[in-house]
Amino acid sequence: MLHYIGRRLLQLIPVLLGMTFIVFMIIRAIPGDPAQVILGQQASEEAIKALRTNLGLDNPWYIQYFDYLKGLVTGDLGESLRTRTPVVDEVWPYLAATIELSLFAIIIAVIIGINAGIISAWFQNSWFDYLAMIIALVGVSMPIFWLGLMNQWIFSIELGILPTTGRENVRDPVDVMTGFYVIDTLIAGNFDQLSTVLKHLVLPGTALATIPMAIIARMTRSSMLEVMRSDYVRTARSKGLSMFWVVYKHALKNAIIPVLTIIGLQMGLLLGGAILTETIFGWPGIGRYIYEAIGFRDYPVIQSGILIVAFIFVMINLFVDLLYGLVDPRIKYD
Amino acid sequence: MGKKKFLTWSLLLLLLVSTALFGCSSDKESEESGGSEGGSTEEKTLIFGRGGDSVSLDPITVTDGESFKVTKNIFDTLVNFGEQDTEIEAGLASKWEPSEDGLTYTFTLQEGVKFHDDTDFNAEAVVKNFERWAAGDGEQFPYYGSMFGGYGDDEGHVIDSVKATGDYEVVFTLKRPQAPFLKNLAMSPFAIASPTAIEKAGDSFGDNPVGTGPFKFVEWKRNDTITIEKFDDYWVDGEPKLDQVVFRAIPDNSARLNALLSGEIDLADGITPSDGKTIEGDDNLQLFERPSMNVGYLGMTVTREPFDDPKVRQAVNHAIDKQAIVDAFFEGRAEVAKNPIPPVISGYNDDIEEYEYSPEKAKELLAEAGLPDGFEMELYAMPVPRPYMPDGQKVAEAIQKNLADVGITAKIVSFEWATYLEKAANGEADAFLLGWTGDNGDADNFLYALLDQDNVGTNNYTYYENQELHDLLIKAQSEVDEDVRNDLYKQAQEIIHDDAPWVPLAHSTPLLAGGKNVINFKAHPTGSDKLAGVDLE
Repeated sequence: MLHYIGRRLLQLIPVLLGMTFIVFMIIRAIPGDPAQVILGQQASEEAIKALRTNLGLDNPWYIQYFDYLKGLVTGDLGESLRTRTPVVDEVWPYLAATIELSLFAIIIAVIIGINAGIISAWFQNSWFDYLAMIIALVGVSMPIFWLGLMNQWIFSIELGILPTTGRENVRDPVDVMTGFYVIDTLIAGNFDQLSTVLKHLVLPGTALATIPMAIIARMTRSSMLEVMRSDYVRTARSKGLSMFWVVYKHALKNAIIPVLTIIGLQMGLLLGGAILTETIFGWPGIGRYIYEAIGFRDYPVIQSGILIVAFIFVMINLFVDLLYGLVDPRIKYD
Repeated sequence: MGKKKFLTWSLLLLLLVSTALFGCSSDKESEESGGSEGGSTEEKTLIFGRGGDSVSLDPITVTDGESFKVTKNIFDTLVNFGEQDTEIEAGLASKWEPSEDGLTYTFTLQEGVKFHDDTDFNAEAVVKNFERWAAGDGEQFPYYGSMFGGYGDDEGHVIDSVKATGDYEVVFTLKRPQAPFLKNLAMSPFAIASPTAIEKAGDSFGDNPVGTGPFKFVEWKRNDTITIEKFDDYWVDGEPKLDQVVFRAIPDNSARLNALLSGEIDLADGITPSDGKTIEGDDNLQLFERPSMNVGYLGMTVTREPFDDPKVRQAVNHAIDKQAIVDAFFEGRAEVAKNPIPPVISGYNDDIEEYEYSPEKAKELLAEAGLPDGFEMELYAMPVPRPYMPDGQKVAEAIQKNLADVGITAKIVSFEWATYLEKAANGEADAFLLGWTGDNGDADNFLYALLDQDNVGTNNYTYYENQELHDLLIKAQSEVDEDVRNDLYKQAQEIIHDDAPWVPLAHSTPLLAGGKNVINFKAHPTGSDKLAGVDLE
């Protein structure tokens, strides 16, 4: 097992190296001069030239790339062209915000998605099955910005039970320690704040959860249907076990593996794909951080931001692969 | 732990967490809403929702409006703009005396003013700030070079020396007269910072700003909130009224409006013109109009055929129905433009006779130019909304229709914003939509910056050059007599009108909205608002 993990981690190196190269080349292929963008529309030509030289943008691309790699090895992700702050120093709050939101979203998606899938499979072709699958279909096709604004309107403006945007009540701000507000408020023992923070998670979290929830539900349903037709389930049923027991204890265990894969993939997608949600809900996460960096041609931030997200994505997949073994002991790593 | 147990436990845990989460969300709902009564304290906190975050809080290092919105309230400048105009008023300097030749300015400073770090504001502090800026370069302090002609020993650098001639007296000596000198000093980037704090913070001064302004800096959560609180020793009596101001970044316009409607924010910047009526119809809200200091225009690259012929450019001017565009896409909340500068700016030439909307005249001019059947062109449509152009795509479509009426076939193209600006600056567009918001309320900041031959390829995207115009604009830069200067600008506008490198479209009034409980908020034309006098009911 340790051997396996080691090998997987080694495999990461060429993957991430390839990533850096592709991202590096792509963002330099898009037109637009960072110096011009940084200094703004009002800037003079000399100022732009001076800044280009200063930022090393005059160097040939391979020198810039090599410098970037050299930095990476020493843990230096570069300095944001816009804020002049090292990316390492400023990225954490954004990353923490996105991870917190994604975890919340995936928890909702998993709980509702798996259960909806199971019940749909259990009562195949019932009204619940049809309804759930229609909702799942709509969920997949619903544009997030529309859903988000509608939810804000219903739950915040009309019903007044949830906040529209942001991570906290800014009149009573959270003291940041870890960057995960749920944990920060727990450490501080401030349960009023905890409840506010959780409430702020609900709308963006459900908006973000909609698509994975729908996908997980459909995957669980088809996976469960297959398993429930198998002999051992019939045997279990004929032994007189209750349907609930059969489904949740015996069938689910065998049906869960493809669902786990999907969950892993979706989790990775959430991290990078949260840009729209973060924009609509004013969530200060990494998606928006990278997106805004693109507008400013802030190369180091785009490069490093994507690299970090890619790294987490790969790690989640590794974790999911390891989880298979826990769920199904027949799966061996060597 | 066995695998079965592991699964059971994890499922149970998920269930528990979810129950807890949803349990939490149903109780205690209204602490967010309800303006000043919300929150854990009885303090008066104003929450200002805006589209983006600041880049830095050291005002001299940035050029973006979002940064100035905050620094305006942390720092003071030597002289101030008027409450809602760009007339010069006293600031940290209570009096100033220009010499006859316009080469020296003697400032008398307010006494008893403190920086937020409890050091004294005095002549020495002013000198140190200017020394710091003059020793910089275009990368560090971009606005200093562009407004004062350079740094240190640069030939163009206007400021020769800044000397303290007493504890509270500073003398500026200029190399040559600079007409907009006082207006420049009133700009947000040239706010006076605490020299002690600059020395102490070094490069991180932008994260720990210290000025003499009505509010002092508390906390910055990037891309989220910036909090400033009342400075008890503020030198203006009775100000500030608020205890705390929080600037919150909510990028999406609709979401920001939603946040205002639900009471999470008290003031919202960047209201879309089409939402203006909604706000006016809401009893709990009020609409603020920011006096216009901008221009949105259609530029024609004069080096590209057939736009090298002034007749063609005039024809395009006649072809476009500006009033219809303003009515449709600015919801009427803009003035139809006939000059490159808005009417609030001194030197505005109201005698210019507008190119009336007349497809017939346009066709005649096209025929005269040898193009009776029109021609084909590319029209660049702005991909982002700006105060001077709420919806570039739709305005471009309207223009396309107008042009088609006179036989010109325009193909609309658009690029991502940075690319758009670069291509336009390279002269790759036949015609393009763009605009400008003034920095200091001076005509020079529009006419010279946008249409002078010195700025071809940077801000003069049309590549328009006219020697006569250039001479006038250069002369006006050092003309100290206000009337003579205004006259020069009026002549300049005539030349521009005849050569017609632009179709000036509109001067918009950007909109803000606030709760009814916001008192005494005055939107400033520069886009950064001083909140010292604002109160909550």
